[in-house]
Amino acid sequence: MKVVLKDLTKIFPSRNKKEKQGVTAVDHFNIEIPDGKLVGLLGPSGCGKSTALNLISGLETPTEGKIFFGDVDVTDLPPENRGVGLVFQNYALYPHMTVRQNIMFPLENLKGDAKLSKEQMEERVQQAADLVQIGTLMERKPAEMSGGQQQRVAIARAIVKYPDVLLLDEPLSNLDARLRLQTREEIRRIQRETGITTIFVTHDQEEAMSISDFIIVMRSGRIHQVGKPQNVYDDPVDLFVATFLGTPQINVFEGEVKDEKLFIGDAEILDVKGARNGKVWACIRPEGFIPDPKGPLVCHLNGVEVMGRDSSVVATHPADTAIIRAIVSSESEIDKALDTVSFSLKPYKVHLFDRETEERIRFDY
Amino acid sequence: MKKNNLKGWLYLLPALLFLGAFMVYPLIDVLIYSIEEGYNSASQTFFGYGLYNYSYVLHDPYFLQAINNTFILVAITVPISTGFALLISLALNSIQKLKDFFQTVYFLPYVTNTLAVGLVFMILFKKTPYSEGLVNLLISWFGGRSVDFIDGPYWAKMFVLCFYTIWVVLPFKVLILTSALASVNQDYYKVAKLDATPRWRVFTRITLPMISPMIFYLVITGFIGAFKAYSDAVALFGTDLNGAGMNTIVGYVYDMLYGNSGGYPSYASAAALILFAIVLTITCINLMVSHDNVQY
Repeated sequence: MKVVLKDLTKIFPSRNKKEKQGVTAVDHFNIEIPDGKLVGLLGPSGCGKSTALNLISGLETPTEGKIFFGDVDVTDLPPENRGVGLVFQNYALYPHMTVRQNIMFPLENLKGDAKLSKEQMEERVQQAADLVQIGTLMERKPAEMSGGQQQRVAIARAIVKYPDVLLLDEPLSNLDARLRLQTREEIRRIQRETGITTIFVTHDQEEAMSISDFIIVMRSGRIHQVGKPQNVYDDPVDLFVATFLGTPQINVFEGEVKDEKLFIGDAEILDVKGARNGKVWACIRPEGFIPDPKGPLVCHLNGVEVMGRDSSVVATHPADTAIIRAIVSSESEIDKALDTVSFSLKPYKVHLFDRETEERIRFDY
Repeated sequence: MKKNNLKGWLYLLPALLFLGAFMVYPLIDVLIYSIEEGYNSASQTFFGYGLYNYSYVLHDPYFLQAINNTFILVAITVPISTGFALLISLALNSIQKLKDFFQTVYFLPYVTNTLAVGLVFMILFKKTPYSEGLVNLLISWFGGRSVDFIDGPYWAKMFVLCFYTIWVVLPFKVLILTSALASVNQDYYKVAKLDATPRWRVFTRITLPMISPMIFYLVITGFIGAFKAYSDAVALFGTDLNGAGMNTIVGYVYDMLYGNSGGYPSYASAAALILFAIVLTITCINLMVSHDNVQY
């Protein structure tokens, strides 16, 4: 089922009565999520991504705007009639029920034509449990299971009704690092097998990038960029998106463009054809540095961290106090005894943003 | 290591002394009193040891009356007060406006003195040569015949005692249950809403199991409290409870010690131990039942 948000806005009234203006959690969302895709809603804490999810589920009512599932306007539909499955961050499994009872609970509420016989219910429950691979734990209580297993039960409970849209709120944040890797593959697999349009919320860019077909990057209630993970990473529209995506973080310098040339400090670093003159944020991805004794970017070398496959060069630039991290191939020769290290740059890994508006300034290379 | 152990005991000593002097010693003493036959408190002498005191108490019509009263009180007030408390808490939990106000109102009886409340109940229910009492006024308005609730028939007196007891124990239960309800994670209700769970099913399948530990706590303490009832009856019917036919087991124990017919610590001890046995049995049954029903 395709999900379309039109001018979707949610303003929470202010608690403080003197302040008339409320908090805008979601600010004019316009987006179309194609059928059968896995979409990551990505943003820092408190940016309104969970509110957006709650609006789609119907647990919150929008202040303005419309929500469509397919061609049907569901804005005024109560949550139970929307056909959504929601997995909460803390899973919200009923602690006094077994796995089987938990998964069966939604089916037992079905009324009228949708009502199922006991055998049909058992079958659906087993089917959902097998899909998330917890078929052997059916008689356990949630407290007797690991976080990852509880997560699976929560997903099974959400999909047992065959929802048109599956919503996951921070699905991996309660899991340890190893389980997180495993579970995100699981989510990807379950989504592929069921073909349910899935939207998941996360603040972890790696998580979103790794499994999403699409990511939506948002901050303070506004969508900054939508696109395939790789495209958004390679082609950020503004400084926020550039700095939010990628580990280690992108390196940000105060730079200036003069006569189609980029200067950091007094050094001319790069030809930037087509860029207008002015002060800019010059952002360089860690993998955009090439160690080159004759390179234009001369930095003070703080150290080299060897990580096996590649090395991380930690340096500072005289024009800026911030620490630079460059990821270079472990074969590249860097003389650790020297005080300085020089780099030339891969131009497509360098992004310029206006110092004031933080909008992207494009240039040819 | 050994020295540390010694230190630990030293720290425990004040508490142990206190408990020993005011808990363990009296308990043993009560047990001894209860098997000393023909104890005379003036001369502090007795004939010998045996179970006669128990036999006397169990054949004393006043004690049987007290047991009867206590059991009726327990059987009526515990379920009704817990049920009412649950209803009130659910209502309190579902309103937004004036919630704090109503919470305060429901909690007021808890901080009000028992005897003062008893006085108010007297005014409400008692018939005097000068007035019929407020409740009787109401009854006569609706065309009923006035009843003397304080000195009248047994059922009327028992009604007032139960009414009073429920009113007194309600606030604490409401307090416990409202906080229990408020501590249920709201996410469960959101999930239930998404699954179109009918309200009644939400209550029976989610709310009730979630707060069941608290309900059982209230039932158990309610039973114990009701078995130990005494001051409520005194507040309503005065100190001559035997005369009013409204005595409770604890009241009987008190009368045997200090009342008009008092001065029999042996009988009092025997009655106290019988009460102890009853409360212990009921609590064990309660715990067994709750173990089967409180699932998490």
